Amino acid sequence: MLILHCPYCGVDAEETELHAGGEAHLKRFGPGSSDEEFEGYLFHRENPKGVHFERWRHVNGCGKWFHAARCTNTLEVFGTYSAQVFEPPQELQDKISAKRPGWEWRDLKGSDQ
Amino acid sequence: MKRYSAFAIAREAARYHTGWERAWASPKPKKKYDVIIVGAGGHGLATAYYLGKNFGITNVAVLEKGWLGGGNTGRNTTIIRSNYLQDASAAIYEKARSLYETMSQDLNYNVMFSPRGVIMLAQTEHEVRGYQRTAHANALQGVKTEFIGPERVKELVPIINIDGPRYPVLGGLWQERGGTARHDAVAWGYARACSQMGMDIIQKCEVTGVRSEGGKVVGVDTTQGAIDCDKLGMVVAGHSGVLAEMAGFRLPIESLSLQALVSEPIKPCMDVVVMANTVHGYMSQSDKGEMVIGGGTDGYNNYTQRGSYHHIEETVRALVETFPMISRLKMLRQWGGIVDMTGDRSPILSKAPVDGIFVNCGWGTGGFKAIPGSGWAMAELMAKGHSPLTEEFGLNRFSEGRFIDESVAAGVAH
Repeated sequence: MLILHCPYCGVDAEETELHAGGEAHLKRFGPGSSDEEFEGYLFHRENPKGVHFERWRHVNGCGKWFHAARCTNTLEVFGTYSAQVFEPPQELQDKISAKRPGWEWRDLKGSDQ
Repeated sequence: MKRYSAFAIAREAARYHTGWERAWASPKPKKKYDVIIVGAGGHGLATAYYLGKNFGITNVAVLEKGWLGGGNTGRNTTIIRSNYLQDASAAIYEKARSLYETMSQDLNYNVMFSPRGVIMLAQTEHEVRGYQRTAHANALQGVKTEFIGPERVKELVPIINIDGPRYPVLGGLWQERGGTARHDAVAWGYARACSQMGMDIIQKCEVTGVRSEGGKVVGVDTTQGAIDCDKLGMVVAGHSGVLAEMAGFRLPIESLSLQALVSEPIKPCMDVVVMANTVHGYMSQSDKGEMVIGGGTDGYNNYTQRGSYHHIEETVRALVETFPMISRLKMLRQWGGIVDMTGDRSPILSKAPVDGIFVNCGWGTGGFKAIPGSGWAMAELMAKGHSPLTEEFGLNRFSEGRFIDESVAAGVAH
């Protein structure tokens, strides 16, 4: 069972306490954007077999949204972090690079690249 | 290849079953094929089969990274129905259901199609109205379904509890010619027929790269070497995103894990398929006597073919109120498959942004029932460049906002 550490209330919450919120760090495209950008924003999602960054909500707990870095292939959790950032903290990226050399995700590159 | 028949069984019985041939050959890949299909699951094999049968294209290879039918084809709950709301869905699923009717004869392989009937229970007022609407839509689409009352449901399913405290059964959408089939046999039957037409089915051959020149596909790199092709069909369900990335384009798909489980085998107690979408569970009884149970997907991206344990509990807990007798059954085994979910919960059968590549994916939680129709339509699309059955299912529907919204129509797993 998936267990994520809520960075806000500090609880190690298991899956039934949490709600998955999909891909993290999406950039919103609204009025004035091209059709392609809007389609991408609405429907195209990262779907990697490996390192993935997601939004999660501690719904049956403190209720706060946060971010998590996970491996979709092994279900290993690399770490969780605040929702108030535009990309994962460098420290976490380094930790992932140590475990999954050469990983990349959307506009983020692993540190050894 | 020798035909299967009652005579063949008698002949083999007389000589201690020494004369049975391998159902399909396992050749080494050639340098080049007219068409390569990636994925030897039901949809991929059906595509190859109808390319040969309907269009005479037999210089075809079907590549499979694992073993034949070892993905979602062998992991689903084998339900076949076509009671969809939207016209485009009803057309392709009804095509598939009608092909299932004669598949055993067509393939000379017993796929054990059992049109035992499928009920989708209406357990809220909202669902009653929803399924009445679907029944009307189906009447216009030429799909035979009817909305039935709770007494009729009880008559068809004696083990059901129609006046549960939380979710009483208020009626159901009944499709008499829906049912189940033996999922492995569907893959095996198509594989045998493809092999017989001279196609190469190559197992343990994982695609590691897609080569294109000047915006046109020229071949694939595999664990068994490079293979050239003129046309490439990607029919790999949960791994569609991974393969599309190799070819340099993206798909509006996320891969999730969907589980199913079976109980210990018991005496025959339910001879129809029952789906309870409000409480989120569906159940049928296999020929071996196991109750085959399916539920909802995990909520997050997952490639593990396992799934979360609490979903088993949620599914079974939901079904126990409606089927009190299953509370005493033991679970025999549980498994998961990776399903490819699109935003509107409808499949993608489309030309890809790279010339010569065609994608067939996005069947999500309900692909088994569509196998023959999907293969039929995909073969036409690959051979002629267009097909009336696939027109609505193109990738362009996402940029054009022209959805086939079965997520609202089906509510849940379908």
